[in-house]
Amino acid sequence: MNIPLNASQLDNNGRRVVVDPVTRIEGHMRCEVNVDSNNIIRNAVSTGTMWRGLEVILKGRDPRDAWAFVERICGVCTGTHALTACRAVEDALDIQIPYNAHLIRHLMDKTLMAHDHIVHFYHLHALDWVNPVNALKADPRKTSELQKMVSPSHPKSSPGYFRDIQNRLKKFVASGQLGLFKNGYWDNPAYKLSPEADLMAVTHYLEALDLQKEIVKIHTIFGGKNPHPNYLVGGVACAINLDDVGAAGAPVNMTSLNFVLQRIKETQEFTKNVYLPDVMAIGGLYKDWLYGGGLASENVLAYGTYAQTPYDSSTDMLPGGAIVNGNWNEVLPVDVRNPDEIQEFVDHSWYRYANGAKGLHPWDGETAPSFELGPNTKGTKTDIKELDEAHKYSWIKAPRWNGHAMEVGPLARYIVAYASGQEAVKEQVDRSLATFNQNTGLDLGLKQFLPSTIGRTLARALECDLVVDSMLDDWHALVNNIKAGDSSTANVEKWDPSNWPKEAKGVGTNEAPRGALGHWIKIKDGKIENYQAIVPTTWNGSPRDSDGNIGAYEASLLNTPMERPEEPVEILRTLHSFDPCLACSTHVMSEDGDEMTRVKIR
Amino acid sequence: MDKRFLLLGIGNVLWADEGFGVRCLEHISEHYSFAENVSLLDGGTQGIYLLQHVQDADILVVFDAIDYGLKPGTLKLVRDDEVPKYMGAKKMSLHQTGFQEVLAMSEFTGHYPQEILLIGVQPDILEDFGGSLTDGVRQQIQPAVDVALKFLAERGVHPLPAGSDANSRVASISPELAISEYEEGRPSEDAAFRFGDARFIPAPENNL
Repeated sequence: MNIPLNASQLDNNGRRVVVDPVTRIEGHMRCEVNVDSNNIIRNAVSTGTMWRGLEVILKGRDPRDAWAFVERICGVCTGTHALTACRAVEDALDIQIPYNAHLIRHLMDKTLMAHDHIVHFYHLHALDWVNPVNALKADPRKTSELQKMVSPSHPKSSPGYFRDIQNRLKKFVASGQLGLFKNGYWDNPAYKLSPEADLMAVTHYLEALDLQKEIVKIHTIFGGKNPHPNYLVGGVACAINLDDVGAAGAPVNMTSLNFVLQRIKETQEFTKNVYLPDVMAIGGLYKDWLYGGGLASENVLAYGTYAQTPYDSSTDMLPGGAIVNGNWNEVLPVDVRNPDEIQEFVDHSWYRYANGAKGLHPWDGETAPSFELGPNTKGTKTDIKELDEAHKYSWIKAPRWNGHAMEVGPLARYIVAYASGQEAVKEQVDRSLATFNQNTGLDLGLKQFLPSTIGRTLARALECDLVVDSMLDDWHALVNNIKAGDSSTANVEKWDPSNWPKEAKGVGTNEAPRGALGHWIKIKDGKIENYQAIVPTTWNGSPRDSDGNIGAYEASLLNTPMERPEEPVEILRTLHSFDPCLACSTHVMSEDGDEMTRVKIR
Repeated sequence: MDKRFLLLGIGNVLWADEGFGVRCLEHISEHYSFAENVSLLDGGTQGIYLLQHVQDADILVVFDAIDYGLKPGTLKLVRDDEVPKYMGAKKMSLHQTGFQEVLAMSEFTGHYPQEILLIGVQPDILEDFGGSLTDGVRQQIQPAVDVALKFLAERGVHPLPAGSDANSRVASISPELAISEYEEGRPSEDAAFRFGDARFIPAPENNL
């Protein structure tokens, strides 16, 4: 099943389905597809309907404050932006952080990643696979049997436990507000789980809620508070003294470190006994639904992260690199500084470049808006019925690596790591495929299995497992280093701007939960002269480029059959598998609290 | 045991009047301190991260920008069951785990505050990237805080005398984003375009 990856190969003659999720006051992302007479998606148009304004907010600000601003731009990715901003400034000013700070940053970042992955699966994505209304019909005894089969080590598995949860669910639904389950397509045949499996998953939704609030306490210890933990250019914003106790002492002491260790172990248990088994079980039950791979089998990109030795990317736990044209035998090196490698195009984005530039490297990036619609648009500027994708159609720019559209994210990282021969990743992936084939009776190859919506969701769970395991190593390394007499957490030699060059530029990269993240900064006279961020969703949600190459979201939807085009379960399922993150963060409470996705068919 | 109070400010300080709730919290943490059973929290635009704090509260006071279609700058008080809570299955992004959803999750898990007071203000301008509160909304900070103090006083909670060591848990906005620094450090409009999508803003979109 070859996925067409260029606009010239797409067919937009069929019925147009417009999915425009509307939050309380404004749109975030919009998706339009054309389906053929068999309701198979043949054209997809992904639109960021909002501009984040990040670049303009930062212009002229103190570079040392950038982390605090970028932490506010987004309601979920807070810390990963803050960390990447610190790295960009440190890179520009040639600041190296102490080893303790290296380890603490990793612990904070991995905490964020594990939290994000678990919450994404249970509280955003699960409802694309799991039907909570159906769970009301479950026999709790059979759910208990299922639980014991799927995950023998998970202690919460008695029939009484599931009956209690089911009763709570009944009460919640009966209270009339329907809350959680409003706006679902609960009688759509695209939902395939048994009531028992649905009840098990809803139960884990609640268990995950309990767990997630424990994980983030790690941020409170190292970052002083949560939400919005503190970061610091040059290191981390927490003092260390192993002998201190109580609130008045240094926040990092043996008591708080032991607390961190317990949180890591809880997360480890949950990931191994609940999260991974659930993903494998649900994946197996949807074994015939291997759509959604799109760009992943062809072009993937990772910057790499979690270096064991500071500033030595060859020791990255998740290696960086690019794979193009589906050649998994060759991982190409990526240089985020090279002006010819990463470039952003705006042919189909609502921006304009001065002097007729085509692609611009982020250091030379421009953010001048240009909201105009193509001649085939239906509707008006303020009420668009149907976009003209041959023209400009998104607030997201189109970043490209050496001219290629790339998918980023856990799946991309796992393909790059697998192709790079990362042993732990290979073992995880091979074992998962073998289990999947065994459970389903299929005989899929890796390239049929991994680049898919299910594979993307699985890669995220495997990554959570890998990352949480490695937190134990970081924890021990930190304790050993402190015990050896090193309590330094920050390098403040260049804190004073009088020690900075008149002009400097830098780049910070990270692997955010959603994928490769880069912040490029130019500093002049102690102030931010230009700031450009290419966030993972810019890559994945990008519109077409000058050559018609389509982005990862658009590619992932192609060739997917829809049960009922007026109920876009399949579209949401695949888009959610990317964990989309479209700017946003504006939230205003409205009276009716309504958030209906409008679906229109023309 | 004393009841636990949570004073929570939510919103995005980077987008003009969206910052109202957080600025109220900043104002409280600067001018008042409380005993141990009162927590002050800058919730920003966080969703699920706020859940544990809401679950832990017996009495919750929320400051936020709210859209009730009122005249900009109008204060609006909403109590208990009148505070909207819902959860939707069709979110596109975790960010849409808005605060209402946090309330719904809190209820689903069986830990819901006994009392909620939402102190809202109708915003004037939201799409002004890097902007601060408009005057009409800014003038409602002290009145909003006064409402909260009266509400607390009715429940036997009073601010500690000035100068006493505060015991309450405070997680307010970091100094990098304090309102005075935030406003003074803003680049000029010529240097940085401040507006967004023409479909959503009353800004001079025709000049684009």
